[in-house]
Amino acid sequence: MKTKVDNEKKYLFDSPRNVKILLRTFYSSLVLLLVLEMFVTKHPHFDWEGWPGFYCVYGFVACVVLVIVAKYILRPLVMRREDYYD
Amino acid sequence: MINTVPPALIFIVGGLLAPLIQGKWKKAFLLLIPVVGFINLINIPEGTHWVVDFLDYQLIFGKMDRLSLLFGYIFHLISFIAILYALHVDDDLQHTAGLVYAGSALGVTYAGDFFSFFVFWEMLTIASIFLIWARRTKKAMGAGYRYLLVHAAGGLCLLAGIVLHVNQTGSLEFGYIGLDGPASYFIFFGFGLNCAWPFLHTWLTDAYPEATITGTIFMSAFTTKCAVYALARAFPGTEALIWIGAIMAGFPIFYAVIENDLRRVLAYSLINQVGFMVVGIGIGTHMGINGAVAHAFNDILFKSLLFMSMGAVMFRTGKINGTALGGLYRTMPITCIFCIVGAMSISAFPLFSGFVSKSMVMDAAGSGHMRVIWFILLFASAGVFHHAGIKIPFFAFFGHDSGMRPREAPLNMLLAMGIAAFLCIFIGSYPAPLYSLLPYPVEYEPYTAPHILAQTQILFFSALAFTLLLLSGIYPPEMRCVNVDADWFYRKGGRLFYIIMDKSFNGINRVADKIFVEGLAGFLGRMARRGPEIITLAALLPLWSVFNFKGEKLQGRIETIRVVLQTGTAPVGIGAALATVILVIIFLLT
Repeated sequence: MKTKVDNEKKYLFDSPRNVKILLRTFYSSLVLLLVLEMFVTKHPHFDWEGWPGFYCVYGFVACVVLVIVAKYILRPLVMRREDYYD
Repeated sequence: MINTVPPALIFIVGGLLAPLIQGKWKKAFLLLIPVVGFINLINIPEGTHWVVDFLDYQLIFGKMDRLSLLFGYIFHLISFIAILYALHVDDDLQHTAGLVYAGSALGVTYAGDFFSFFVFWEMLTIASIFLIWARRTKKAMGAGYRYLLVHAAGGLCLLAGIVLHVNQTGSLEFGYIGLDGPASYFIFFGFGLNCAWPFLHTWLTDAYPEATITGTIFMSAFTTKCAVYALARAFPGTEALIWIGAIMAGFPIFYAVIENDLRRVLAYSLINQVGFMVVGIGIGTHMGINGAVAHAFNDILFKSLLFMSMGAVMFRTGKINGTALGGLYRTMPITCIFCIVGAMSISAFPLFSGFVSKSMVMDAAGSGHMRVIWFILLFASAGVFHHAGIKIPFFAFFGHDSGMRPREAPLNMLLAMGIAAFLCIFIGSYPAPLYSLLPYPVEYEPYTAPHILAQTQILFFSALAFTLLLLSGIYPPEMRCVNVDADWFYRKGGRLFYIIMDKSFNGINRVADKIFVEGLAGFLGRMARRGPEIITLAALLPLWSVFNFKGEKLQGRIETIRVVLQTGTAPVGIGAALATVILVIIFLLT
């Protein structure tokens, strides 16, 4: 298998500018999604589905909770050395 | 109309013949098996076929209805993809095991009686274990043995249930059972083990990442989906399944976030996806069952696509840990794109396959006003995007640059991934053909404006959470480690059991050795040799002390007695006297 060599060609995300463009596009699409919500008629099963931005908040909070719990509660409980079972 | 045979037969016979065919025709032969199987399948009309009398019962090898047919279609499809992906492998063991495994899955699907069902069910385990052992590493051997033992226990549980059930009902027929009485519980848990229910799931996360690169593709498709099929057949509408499924959808994502081995991350996410199916079966409405089955169909495709892309990475780099990988998009762009398609499908992006099936289960839960379940499933939807949707592609293909510049995956792997990726997008964009195959008529339209918007919002804001956590450094770094799970109980517990058994039984052994072998036997030996001498001396020594024998004279007498008794040359009178003494003692004692 080849490995990295000096002076190799630049790949897509090697330039910080492209990463910046990607992030900007991503952030603007978030705003777009919030704006679009105003133009969509909802017919929800539950009341809270009708609240503005419910899915945005839930998605964000769920992932933060997931990572925090996994990192600070689960990992100290279950992590062992790699040769634990050997 | 052509003559048809039981679908399982083609794969099993084909698999057993595979080692006999060598050379350039072998690849064609392997690929032809699922094609012939599929042509055979579509020519079998619905109904019951291949009924064989066996003792007082009837064995049914072809129970074809809409439910079993759909599973049959996807099993054929994934077999073709998995064989194509494994075409470069020069190991007959793997080809045969994979084909027999696929055949067993078809056998389970079309079994109309419990006897043949059970035989094929056990064949699933036996065949798949060779896909683990074929890796031929020490870890794989160990994982394989644990896999075998856990499934043997589950199989026995199922067998106990079947025996009780047949005894109670007098019928071997495999159909709706429902939870009532001990027989059904045994069967329920027998299915549950293969379905990777919480605490019964660790065989999956333990063994799948240890299997061969190509074997895992077969494994990700068959065992759990056969269990989903069996549950849908025997226990639809069982309320316990709703909660079991919700836990399955929820807890593995926490493990997936901190797991380093990317194939193990996928194994956890497999349980998470099967959780959605189990919830759908538990709800049991037409929408619920349709959703569960459609999601099984889609999951087989996108989960295998993800496993294939990680397999390709492993094939080229020899590494699979998140800590060792990164930045591979530079030289493996096509694999990277296929991986992203799989990731978007499993995350249920609009236009990708997960979107049209996962939402049916969500909708079934919503229609039933199951608030808690609905919240758990929504959490699981966000979570799956987080670990399978972003983590897998990000840590393998982007993230920090590992410096590795491997070649693109081999052509056969790319083709296999390409077919799966195409189907993921096709089904996602045009779900009508899949919907038309589902067990019940579908009155569901996934592409409504609020649904598209809600799903996109939840995914994008999950992605925002990932981005911010990563940029802020809170995201848990990948670590080389083992995360203990419920398998601790039999991996460490097994060792504890061994130690307890070792200490207790070997302790008893040692004590017994000391008492009986060294102590008692020696004692008896000495007694047998010196018993008469001791008894005689016990009688004579007081006498001699009366006569005042001492020193050398006493020693001389003792020596004489010993020699006389050991050589058996005692005067007859002494023997007679001793016999008389013993008779007197016996007389007095009785």
